[in-house]
Amino acid sequence: MSESATSAAKKRPEFRNINAFTDLPTYRLPLAGIVSILHRVSGAIMFFLMPFIIWMFDNSISSEISFSKFKSAFNIGMLGLPGFLWKLVALALVWAYLHHFIAGLRHLWMDTHHAAVSKEFGKSSAAFTLAVSIGLALVLGAKLFGIY
Amino acid sequence: MSVNFGSKRIVVGAHYGLRDWLGQRVTAALMALFTALVLAQVIFSKGPIGYDQWAGIFAAQWMKGLTFTVILAMLFHVWLGMRDIWMDYIKPVGLRLSLQVFTIVWLLVCAGWGIQILWRL
Repeated sequence: MSESATSAAKKRPEFRNINAFTDLPTYRLPLAGIVSILHRVSGAIMFFLMPFIIWMFDNSISSEISFSKFKSAFNIGMLGLPGFLWKLVALALVWAYLHHFIAGLRHLWMDTHHAAVSKEFGKSSAAFTLAVSIGLALVLGAKLFGIY
Repeated sequence: MSVNFGSKRIVVGAHYGLRDWLGQRVTAALMALFTALVLAQVIFSKGPIGYDQWAGIFAAQWMKGLTFTVILAMLFHVWLGMRDIWMDYIKPVGLRLSLQVFTIVWLLVCAGWGIQILWRL
């Protein structure tokens, strides 16, 4: 791209210091863009819920007594909140991990395969990512809530 | 803006990004393999999955060592991701620095707790 060509044409608007609240919601997002921002969001969700994740690991691993404490948090409740709510939190984590994992694998695939870096593959792989992650999250959610 | 993209990109000196880019990929691959490993142990265990099966997975020394490594990998991976988020959306330098420090402290507390749990078994 030569500098002289762009100076002759109309100068493109420059966007610096993107404001999350006034600018971000105005962008039109293709499917790959949705996968991308959800990749970031799912990562942030897992970051902020990490103590809860470690709490679950701790109680599930330490002893039979703590294991039953772990189970009861999701059945009876904990900290004044009903078990149903904790199951929802766990489901959010399940979705977050699934999406982040599959979108991450998509990243790695694009990093290592030239043919993958095309607009068509971007769309098809994004659709696959959303379908599998949301699908699996629904299946595991049904299992979690005892639907089957 | 100076011309420093494509073939004119400066790829020497500190912090030109390759370490972070590669580090995120390598830690991601490691964690993905670890996930598959744990899932395999859960799925292919005989009988219903109760406390004994689950705790038993993390009792073996090699599994503890691997989990420890994955926790460290996660430290780097998550730090990278969160640093990118702060860098993209938080302009005020003081606020961004505070959030970065908070992120590191948060991660270290979580990692320490996780390692402590592992070696209680």
